[in-house]
Amino acid sequence: MKPIEAINDFVIKFANINGSGSASANELFAKAVMRMGVPVSPRNIFPSNIQGMPTWYEARVCEKGYHGRRGGVDMMVAMNPQTWDADVAEIEPGGYLFYDSTRPIPEDKFRKDVTVIGVPLTEITNTAYTDPRQRQLFKNIIYVGALSVLLDLDASVFEKLFAEQFKGKERLLASNLQAINLGRDYVTQHLAFPLGIRVRKSDKIGDQIFTDGNSAMALGCVYGGATVAAWYPITPSSSVPENFQKYCDKFRVDESTGQHNFAIVQAEDELASIGMAIGAGWNGARAFTATSGAGISLMTEFIGLAYFAEIPVTLINIQRGGPSTGMPTRTQQSDLLSCAYASHGDTKHVMLLPQDPHECFEHAAAALDLADRLQTPIFVMSDLDIGMNQRLCKPFVWDDQRDYDRGKVMTAADLDAGKDFGRYNDVDGDGIPWRTYPGTHPTKGSFFTRGTSKDAYARYSERGPDYIYNMERLLKKFKTAADLVPQPIVQKANQPTRVGAIYFGSTTPAMREALDVLSEDGIHVDGMRLLAYPFPQSVEQFLAEHDTVFVVEQNRDAQMRTLLINELDANPKQLVKVLHYDGTPITARFIVSAVAAKLALLKETV
Amino acid sequence: MTYLAKPRLHHPTLTKNKVGYTRRDYEGPVSTLCAGCGHDSISAAIIQACWELDIEPHRVAKLSGIGCSSKAPTYFLGASHGFNTVHGRMPSVLTGANLANRELMYLGVSGDGDSASIGLGQFANAMRRGVNMAYIVMNNGVYGLTKGQFSATADRGSKSKKGAINTDNPVDLVGIALQLGATYVARSFSGDKAQLVPLIKGALAHGGAAFIDVISPCVTFNNHGGSTKSYEYIRQHDEAVSTVEFMTPGSLDATHYPAGSVTEVEQSDGTVLRLRKLHADYDPTDRYAAMSYMHEHAARGEVVTGLLYLDPLPTDLHTSLNTCASPLNSLGTAQLCPGAKALEKINATLR
Repeated sequence: MKPIEAINDFVIKFANINGSGSASANELFAKAVMRMGVPVSPRNIFPSNIQGMPTWYEARVCEKGYHGRRGGVDMMVAMNPQTWDADVAEIEPGGYLFYDSTRPIPEDKFRKDVTVIGVPLTEITNTAYTDPRQRQLFKNIIYVGALSVLLDLDASVFEKLFAEQFKGKERLLASNLQAINLGRDYVTQHLAFPLGIRVRKSDKIGDQIFTDGNSAMALGCVYGGATVAAWYPITPSSSVPENFQKYCDKFRVDESTGQHNFAIVQAEDELASIGMAIGAGWNGARAFTATSGAGISLMTEFIGLAYFAEIPVTLINIQRGGPSTGMPTRTQQSDLLSCAYASHGDTKHVMLLPQDPHECFEHAAAALDLADRLQTPIFVMSDLDIGMNQRLCKPFVWDDQRDYDRGKVMTAADLDAGKDFGRYNDVDGDGIPWRTYPGTHPTKGSFFTRGTSKDAYARYSERGPDYIYNMERLLKKFKTAADLVPQPIVQKANQPTRVGAIYFGSTTPAMREALDVLSEDGIHVDGMRLLAYPFPQSVEQFLAEHDTVFVVEQNRDAQMRTLLINELDANPKQLVKVLHYDGTPITARFIVSAVAAKLALLKETV
Repeated sequence: MTYLAKPRLHHPTLTKNKVGYTRRDYEGPVSTLCAGCGHDSISAAIIQACWELDIEPHRVAKLSGIGCSSKAPTYFLGASHGFNTVHGRMPSVLTGANLANRELMYLGVSGDGDSASIGLGQFANAMRRGVNMAYIVMNNGVYGLTKGQFSATADRGSKSKKGAINTDNPVDLVGIALQLGATYVARSFSGDKAQLVPLIKGALAHGGAAFIDVISPCVTFNNHGGSTKSYEYIRQHDEAVSTVEFMTPGSLDATHYPAGSVTEVEQSDGTVLRLRKLHADYDPTDRYAAMSYMHEHAARGEVVTGLLYLDPLPTDLHTSLNTCASPLNSLGTAQLCPGAKALEKINATLR
C-alpha cells in the first residue's frame, strides 16, 4: 500500500483521555499549522464526562479553506489504549499511525496497510521530568513537537506562539519550548521525515480569527448591550453565559466605582432563567438566556407569554442531539420546530441561523436589536458544532456609530404631547405596537401586561373581534420580521440550473465544499443559505426558480423542509430531504453522495 | 363586586398625601372577585399603605402569577404598570424586572396555589436571593378559579366544601421564608386591617426580601365548618405576637422591653416600626427563635400573626451582584459597548 501523499490537505485525529490536558496541546498543533498560513478546522469529539473517558480532536488541514468535517482519517495520533482498536481501524488505507512506543504492543494490534510511527513518549517524558503533573502535561507537548517534524512544520512558529502565550512568564515559555524540542529532536535523530502528508507554507489565513461560537456569542451580547443574563447550566450552552461573565468583568465594570453595568443570575432552572429575562425585557433592559433543547422545552410556557404579551427577549439555543437528554455532547439542528412554534396555541417565533463564530457575534447583537424592535422572543440557533469548536472565520467588526435600536418606546414627553397610547394598537401598519417602560409617567402610559387576551388598549377582553385583531396583528408583525432579519444568501452554480439546495447554520461549511465538488463532477446546483426564519419573499422566489430543491439539514425529520412547506405552501415533492443526524457534523462527502444518488434516482423516474 | 360601579368623580375635599394624591388615586378598576373575598380587603390595605407612605403610584411595579390572588393587582394602583405572568412564576419575572430598574418599588402578589404548590421553587429561590420586594401571598388554602380544590397550604385534616379531607401536610410559607433568608417576615389576616396596613408599609419600606403571608378566607369555597382558613376559624385561632405601628422617620430604641411595652426598630431608609409586644418572650429580631416559636404555636393549632422577623439592615440581590446605581435599563452604548478598538484587540488575540 502506497502511503498517502498530500500537501496541506489531510485529516489528523488525536485520540486522548478526557482530563489529561491534551486539549491545549492539540489546539497548539492547530495554531501552529495556521501560523504556516494553512487553514485548519478542528473538532472536539467528547463524551458527557469530566475525567477518564475517551475524547478525540479531529483536525482537518485544508488549503482550500473548507471548514466542514471531511470524513476519514489520514493520520491517527493514538494516545488512548482504551480506544486503540477502533482508532487504528479508522485510518484510511495508506494512512499513518503515530503512537507511544515506550511499551511494546503486540504485532497483531497494528495494520499492514498504514505507516506506523512509534515515538517512546513516556520514556522521553519520564527521563526529562520528575513531577507527575509535568509528566502528564508535557507528554502532550512532546508529541506535538514530534508531529511538527513529521509534518514539516517550522520550529519558529512554536517559538512565536509561546512568546505570545507566555508573555511575562519566561519560565513557562522555556519549559514548553524544551518539551517541543524533545519531540522534535527524537524524530530528527531516529525517524524518517517528513511524511507523505505534510504542511507547506501558504498565505490562506489572512486576517481571519480562530475562535469558538459560544465565546463569540457572549461577546456579541456584550456589544449588543445585554445587561441582564439569566441561565441554568446545560451542555453545550454553559460557556455562553460563562464567557459573558468573563467579558463583562473585563469591559463592564465601572472604573471609578468598581460597580457592574450588568447582572448575571444563575437561576434555579430554565423556567426561572427565561422568567428573569422576560421580567428584565418588560422593564426595558436588554436580556438574554442561553440554553439547549431540553431547556427550551422547559421554557415553552414563558415563551408563549412573551409572544402574546409582546415582550423582548433573546434566547440563545446551542442545539445538541435530542430528543429528551439525547446526545448531550453531540451536534444536531433538531430544535427548529420546537423553537419556531414554541408554546401552546398559535405561535410563531423569529430564529436567526448563524454559520460560524463571526455570525454568532453578529446575530447575538442583532437579536437584541430585533427583540426590542419586534417586541418578541428572538432565538439564535447555534449548535454544538459551532458553539464548542474553534473555527477560522472573518474577524469581528463593530461600527462605533451604531446605536442600539430600542424599538417603539413611548416616553413621558410623547405622552405629555398627547400621543394616544394603546399598548396593542397597530398605529404604524407594521403590526408592531408602542410600549412604555414601567415608571414612565405619573398618570399616562401605564398598562397591565397579561397572558390573557386583551383589547388594543391592554384591557382584559374575551371578545372575539379583540382577540382576532390581536392575533392578525401578530401575524402582520411576523411578516414585518421577515424583512428585518438577516436575508438569505444565494450562491449561483457555474451554469444555469433547475436544481437548488437550501441549507443553514453549521451545515454551511460542508455544503460550500459539496457544491464545489458537485460542480467539478458536472452536477450544477444553486445554493441558498438561510440566515433566519421567517422566510422573506426571496425564498419563495428561489423555490419558484428551481424544479428540485434539496433541503440539507442535521435532524431526522427534515424540520426546515417542514417549515418551508408549512410557511410557503411549498410542494413537498419539490423539496428533497438530505438528512444527517448521527450526532457527528455533516460532511461534504455525505452531501455529495446523497445529492448525486437522489438526482440519479429522480432522472430514472422522470 | 362587579355590580357596584365606582363613581368616577373624586370628592374635592378628599385628603391629599405629601405627593399630592388622594386615596382614590391608588385604586384600580372595580374588582371582579366574589363579594366578601378576603383578597379585596388586602387590596384595600395595599391602597391605604401606599397612600400613607406617599408613594407615587407609577413608581410601583406590581407583579403576580395566576389565580384569584393574582388577579387582584388589577384592582389597585391603576396608574402602576402591572404584570400578570404565568402560574407560579411571578418571582422570577419580578427578579428580572428588579434587576432592570432598581429605582422602582416591586410588589409581588401571589396566592397559596401560585407560591406554595406550582411555584414553590421560585418562591424559595427568590427568598434565597434577597430580591428587594414586598411579596404578599393571599393565602386561602384553596383553588378558587378552578372551584375549590385544596392547595398546598391547606392544613392536614381540613375539610373541603365538597367534604373531602386533606391528607397532605401543609407547606408553611412563613417557615420557608424564615429559613431561606427573607429579611422581613410577617403573617396577617385579611380581616385585621389595623394589623395589616402597617405590616405592608413596613414591607414596602424594607429594602430587602419582605414576605407577608396573609390568611385571606375564600368566601365561596373555603369558609365552612371544618376549614382552617375560614373567617371564623382564623378569628378564633389568631395569636398576634405584636401590634405594629409604622412611623417615619425616627430613631432606634432599645430592643428588649417588658411584655406589653414598645419596641422601635428603625429600617435602613429611616422609617421606624413600633412594635407593641403582646407576647413577653417574643423577639422579632432573632430568626431562629422566630422559627421555633412558629413551630411550637403551629403544633397547638394557633395561627401566629404580626411581624415575625425583621433584619433592620437588609442587603439585596443588587448588593450581592454589585450592580451600578443607575438602573440597568437606562444605560446606553457609552456604558455598555466596548467599541471597535477593543474589538480589534480581541481579534488580535485570536490569530
